[in-house]
Amino acid sequence: MKAALSRWFDGDVGYSFRHSPLAIAAASVALICVICAVFAGWIAPHNPFDLTTLELGDARLPPAWNEQGSTKYLLGTDDQGRDILSALMYGSRISLAVGFASVVLSVLIGVSLGLLAGFCGGWVDAVLMRLCDVMLSFPPILVALLIAGVGRALFPNAQDALAFAVLIVSITLTGWVQYARTVRGSTLVERSKEYVQAARVTGVAPFRIMRRHVLPNVTGPVLVLATIQVATAIITEATLSFLGVGAPPTSPSLGTLIRVGNDYLFSGEWWITVFPGLMLVIIALSVNLLGDWLRDALNPRLQ
Amino acid sequence: MVFKKNTTVALVGYALAAMSFVASAQTLRISNQGDATSMDPHSLNESMQLSLTGNVYEGLVGRNKDLSLAPALATKWTQPSPNVWRFELRKGVQFHDGTPFTADDVLFSFARASGDGSDMKSYTNDVKEVRKINDLTVEIETKAPFPILPDVISLLYIMSKKWCETNQATKPVDRRKGIENAASFRANGTGPYRLRERQPGVKTSFSRNGTYWGTIESNATDVVFTPISNDATRVAALLSGEIDVMEPVPVQDVVRVNASANARAITGPELRTIFLGMDQKRDELLYSSVKGKNPFKDKRVRQAFYQAIDIDAIKRVVMRGASNPTALMVGPGINGFFPELNKRLPFDTEAAKKLMSEAGYPNGFEVAMNCPNDRYVNDGEICQAVAANLSRIGVKINLQAETKGTYFPKVLRRDTSFYMLGWTPGTYDAHNALNGVLACVDDKGAGTFNLGAYCNPKVDELTRKIQSETDKVKRNAMIKEAFELHSADIGHIPLHQQALAWGVSKKVNLVQLADNFMFFKWMTVQK
Repeated sequence: MKAALSRWFDGDVGYSFRHSPLAIAAASVALICVICAVFAGWIAPHNPFDLTTLELGDARLPPAWNEQGSTKYLLGTDDQGRDILSALMYGSRISLAVGFASVVLSVLIGVSLGLLAGFCGGWVDAVLMRLCDVMLSFPPILVALLIAGVGRALFPNAQDALAFAVLIVSITLTGWVQYARTVRGSTLVERSKEYVQAARVTGVAPFRIMRRHVLPNVTGPVLVLATIQVATAIITEATLSFLGVGAPPTSPSLGTLIRVGNDYLFSGEWWITVFPGLMLVIIALSVNLLGDWLRDALNPRLQ
Repeated sequence: MVFKKNTTVALVGYALAAMSFVASAQTLRISNQGDATSMDPHSLNESMQLSLTGNVYEGLVGRNKDLSLAPALATKWTQPSPNVWRFELRKGVQFHDGTPFTADDVLFSFARASGDGSDMKSYTNDVKEVRKINDLTVEIETKAPFPILPDVISLLYIMSKKWCETNQATKPVDRRKGIENAASFRANGTGPYRLRERQPGVKTSFSRNGTYWGTIESNATDVVFTPISNDATRVAALLSGEIDVMEPVPVQDVVRVNASANARAITGPELRTIFLGMDQKRDELLYSSVKGKNPFKDKRVRQAFYQAIDIDAIKRVVMRGASNPTALMVGPGINGFFPELNKRLPFDTEAAKKLMSEAGYPNGFEVAMNCPNDRYVNDGEICQAVAANLSRIGVKINLQAETKGTYFPKVLRRDTSFYMLGWTPGTYDAHNALNGVLACVDDKGAGTFNLGAYCNPKVDELTRKIQSETDKVKRNAMIKEAFELHSADIGHIPLHQQALAWGVSKKVNLVQLADNFMFFKWMTVQK
């Protein structure tokens, strides 16, 4: 493990990382966000998911630096009296988990199917790409409603756990298509290049060619897509939660907090939506910057 | 040259004529936080849907601006014997497709509204027979004397028999079973506006019915209805002039809307009562941690839930003062509201905890709660506050707040253990609430919205008697007794009457009805 780490750190990627202040900054911000989310139970001043601690009388208090604010709630409270700062930490835990899990799953499915389609061609390609077309015609919300319906019928008593499974599965099911299409396109280009032909001629097994030779050359666009999709997945999750198939309103995710806060934009209670919005921007931006850097660092043509 | 000049004059003339035509086309743009679930007037007994379809369809009897009865498709009604009502139908009325309106359409519509899939059975369950006397006269015979029949059928809209038959829509749309038909997306009524285009959840447009039998006060030639669920977006659309009328104005934005230069908030008390219901029928509660029994069958549990809810805090914080906490299932303005009965059990967490222990749940239990999030004012927020209140007595609520398009089919299937609902007696009389929400459930229309199947045979018997009692004093005494029994049983947990708040552009004059119906025919737009 240690050897692997030091190899990475001393290697090309590590070198590039150490010499890119932007990457270091983005990584630190992302790391802080992840730590806050993961250890929310210990760091956060309140537990906003514990309904017994909510005080309706404390609802909609402005941030602490405001005259009516209280130091008990640094960033103010939302419409139910939840501490915004704590809600951000707990909420980003849900959002990050849903975002990353669905993106990782979509990448796994999308990249393997895309590679297969592009490399094998013929009827495999035709079948897989028609499948993509069909999937593209279903909006994620429709798929989620379908899955939620089936899920509820199968497990009538699994409430919260089911909600998250539904979120992840439905975002994955609609998200993988983009990866499959992108990877297929790049694979088609790479397949006809000399190095692949050479590998083929020397008798390397097709699976190995796909993994060792084609895959590294098609990851660039995938990484860019994936980083964008983390942010998209968080937003989709918010929409689904509004429709009643996602996270329950009593344990709001980042997206839910933003949506709820939007209702108060005109009435002057800006903090309910602005802080969660900022948090989402920070997460999305840092992940995007990291993705950008990683794409360049891994691109064989730039080395 | 002369010729050319004439042409120019003629062209200018045409242009002017065309412009004046354009100027007389007046569009009224209306918005609500949610959409009607269907255009079928018999598929859901819900105010919003009946309000929207009430611009296209009409009943035999309508309402005036002060909510008193007005002749609509019937011009006159008399009661030749206690069990019979005779309606003289309006002559020369045409449906939007040109078909003349006759007694056959009335017979057909009553059969449709009392048949399979209809949600309007509570209005027809005591009708024994609808008879055609001639093309323009019908008689309705009831099972028992029914003095308030004209009030009761004012929301039972008349559809065209011929149209329903040609379009295979003779049975109502039943969203509970996922059944849709042509009546969901198209409409053929007799009302002042025609349904032009329906895009569920996006846009519904109407055009003025040029052959309407009455006069239409409104000058609007076109009406566009757009649901906008996000509060801030809806307010922004009103303030920027993108829409003319919207409902509800979020409680947090009433001041802001009133301060703006181009719109105002028209507020008033609403007749609707918001309450919580509990499943009291199943032997094992669905979606709960309690197995093998149903805690809601125990009155102590129901009372504990009642007393755990801090309704004053909900009023102060969630509703920003725009609600009246209530102990009764009907509000002021409804016949059968007794102020002396309107006393809530006190909010008392300790007492509630004690009741839970006595009932055998010292550590509470877990149960799912169903709630709409775009139907009533701050409905989702109220449910969250209730969940927080109940957590103090150990009850863990798995809150499912969702859009009403999925919420209503679910709760109407009774696929719920604990739910929130609002009810406005469409007849402005307590009997409507007793029959629809409090009566024991039968297949014929009683208790259609008694989703937790609360059942007290005594209340049931009183409800039947109230229906046929003609003596007002005796009748009101029975209503009072029924409500006392229901309150003692804690059959439901009444929460409050919400306030009406319509956002209206300063260019528009309209009539606000306390039952929250929005009739386009009474909305005029200044040029």
